[in-house]
Amino acid sequence: MSRWGMVVDLGACTGCGACGVACRQENNVPDVDERTWRNGRQRDWLQLVTKVEGRYHDAQVESYPLMCLHCDDAPCTKVCPVGATYSDEEGLVAQIYDRCIGCRYCTNACPYSVKTFNWLDPVWPQGTERRQNPDVSVRPRGVVEKCTMCHHRHQKADDRARFEGRELRHGDYTPACVEICPAGAMIFGDLDDPESEVSKRSEDKRAYRLMEELGTEPKVVFLRPHGKRS
Amino acid sequence: MSPSHTTMSTSPMTMSTSQPQPTAPAAEMTVHERKIFAHITTTGVGFKVLYVIFAAVAAWALAAWIWQIVHGLGVTGMNRPVYWGIYITNFVFFIGISHAGTLISAILRLSMAEWRRSITRMAEVITVLVIAFGAGNIIVDLGRPERLLNIILHPNFRSPLLWDVCSISVYLIGSATYLFLPMLPDLVRLERHIGGWRRPLYRALRMGYRDTPEQREKLEGFIARLAVIVIPIAVSVHTVISWIFAMTIQPMWHSTIFGPYFVCGAIFSGIAAILTFMVVLRKAFHLEEYLLPVHFDYLGRLLMVMTLFWLYFTFAEHWTTWYGNEPDEMAVFRSKVTGEFAPLFWTMVGACFVVPFTLLSRKAWRCNPTIMLIVSISINIGMYLERYTIIVPTLVNPRVFITPPHYQPSWVEWSILAGCFAGFLLCYMTFAKLFPLISVWEVEEGIERGAQEGAARVRGYFPSVSEPAARLEPGTDGGVQPREAGGMGQPAAKRGPRLPAREET
Repeated sequence: MSRWGMVVDLGACTGCGACGVACRQENNVPDVDERTWRNGRQRDWLQLVTKVEGRYHDAQVESYPLMCLHCDDAPCTKVCPVGATYSDEEGLVAQIYDRCIGCRYCTNACPYSVKTFNWLDPVWPQGTERRQNPDVSVRPRGVVEKCTMCHHRHQKADDRARFEGRELRHGDYTPACVEICPAGAMIFGDLDDPESEVSKRSEDKRAYRLMEELGTEPKVVFLRPHGKRS
Repeated sequence: MSPSHTTMSTSPMTMSTSQPQPTAPAAEMTVHERKIFAHITTTGVGFKVLYVIFAAVAAWALAAWIWQIVHGLGVTGMNRPVYWGIYITNFVFFIGISHAGTLISAILRLSMAEWRRSITRMAEVITVLVIAFGAGNIIVDLGRPERLLNIILHPNFRSPLLWDVCSISVYLIGSATYLFLPMLPDLVRLERHIGGWRRPLYRALRMGYRDTPEQREKLEGFIARLAVIVIPIAVSVHTVISWIFAMTIQPMWHSTIFGPYFVCGAIFSGIAAILTFMVVLRKAFHLEEYLLPVHFDYLGRLLMVMTLFWLYFTFAEHWTTWYGNEPDEMAVFRSKVTGEFAPLFWTMVGACFVVPFTLLSRKAWRCNPTIMLIVSISINIGMYLERYTIIVPTLVNPRVFITPPHYQPSWVEWSILAGCFAGFLLCYMTFAKLFPLISVWEVEEGIERGAQEGAARVRGYFPSVSEPAARLEPGTDGGVQPREAGGMGQPAAKRGPRLPAREET
């Protein structure tokens, strides 16, 4: 059984935001107009969080992609009254859109605020609905959704592996964000496989997890930029 | 309770005799029946006007809710990351108020506080109605209300929200039973005396109960047992509600004192709510004879205790946060105390502590219904703000800033808030047109038995002193009269006609 995880090397990340675009295309995340975005109704599963330190002339801009971290001890799965969000056997945090009652307890319990809620019906400006990915369901209004680590790709890889009569193994699939990253800053794989790059890099001296002190045990590991201590 | 308290409590219905008189004809009402049942049959203009206004507001809120169902929760001001707002505040606030009935009724019943008798019913009605409105706000808050049954089909018992569903359901059933059972003897009287189009309702509701002495004895046994059961349920309900927040690891939600803090706030706002109703009903339905300065005084003392408890909890909660100086917690703390929510926070402190503490400090003020109305409304505004400043600032200050968070409730949320209050009052007024707001049989029983029981109890505390207790024995007027006149702050003669005997014993 694999334990899928990700390493994001912030030393290599250029902050281009391609991962977010790829995620939106891959997972049928509807675009929102500026007003809706300002009202805090954006639904991006993966966002570029930008931190600016200092002032003009002497500013340090730092950005990192933030998506569901698929915590081993996820605060969101505990609180769901109907079990619509749960950790599957491989440790990925899943969401059952058809069961979710939209109480938004999980979104409030998540310390990373990475789960999104469908406040309104998704809008597909003319023509854009044709770009939808047939492998991913379009979520209705009123439910919570979030990054699935491209579970549909996982399922396809799983089918292929079964067809070939073998176990699903490291390297069989990669999420869209990892695939597109032009800087090669995102690495995906099996954290339990000692041979995989992701497990080796996650032991790096630069490795840290977001808000480790909360004990949520995220499976997305960040690597600090070179020469930066914290 | 001291002997003088007992004296005060029985005095409203001036105790002159306990000798049973010949059974009155069925058609004739006792004095108390006539006075208390009056508000069922006579309807003033003011009542009708208010009823129409409340119905209009409730209808508007219903329309707003339908609008929300059609267009989605996007019509509210909620957003990412402020996923909860007015609706959850309403939920916590209304469930908090529901502690009015439980506290007044069950605790006072168990502690045999005789003065409770004329306020239990009106408090229990508040309880049942606000539980329903509180729970209703959760449904309004759901993104997919039609999937509500998933809570039963796919329960996840690790979720505090599911614990809440369980405890609130038990509480609703328990308090509805606790409202219904003590109403049975009154239903028998209502069927006999009011009748009309209401008669089938009374007949159906009394379910064969005829108020025979044996039935009455059994009923009182049930009520006493239910009073014991209902108290832990009520405490559990608000503790579990606080756990919805405290069980998460969010800054200023994840607090160990939230359980007792919420229970304290609930009892505090509950007593305030019952006081508001007492003042209004006293005036509107001419119940001055039953809701006396002594009731306001005692409830005022209780409120004084609760306002101090509330200050203590609020201080403990914020002081430890400030001293600990943990950055994520401090972000929430600052937005509450000096930032965006400071006006609401300090209004809350004023309304929950400064106003009540000042106005409850003197007995003359506590006995004044107008002042008590100001105090009780101030407390409930303050407690609403408390719920709001607990829920929203944490969400507006998330650990990860994605978009600049803000929360401004929309017209839909304001409408539903107004509709909840209007609907609640509408239900209460409807109840008042069907059932008496004062438990007639309990009042009459209190008059009949109260003095003896009080005397016996005093003898129980002070077995060696038999003399003061003896003075309270019914029939020995002289010893009682002067004290009660002093206690009530008004001459005894004004306090209504003397008591005729009950029909059946």
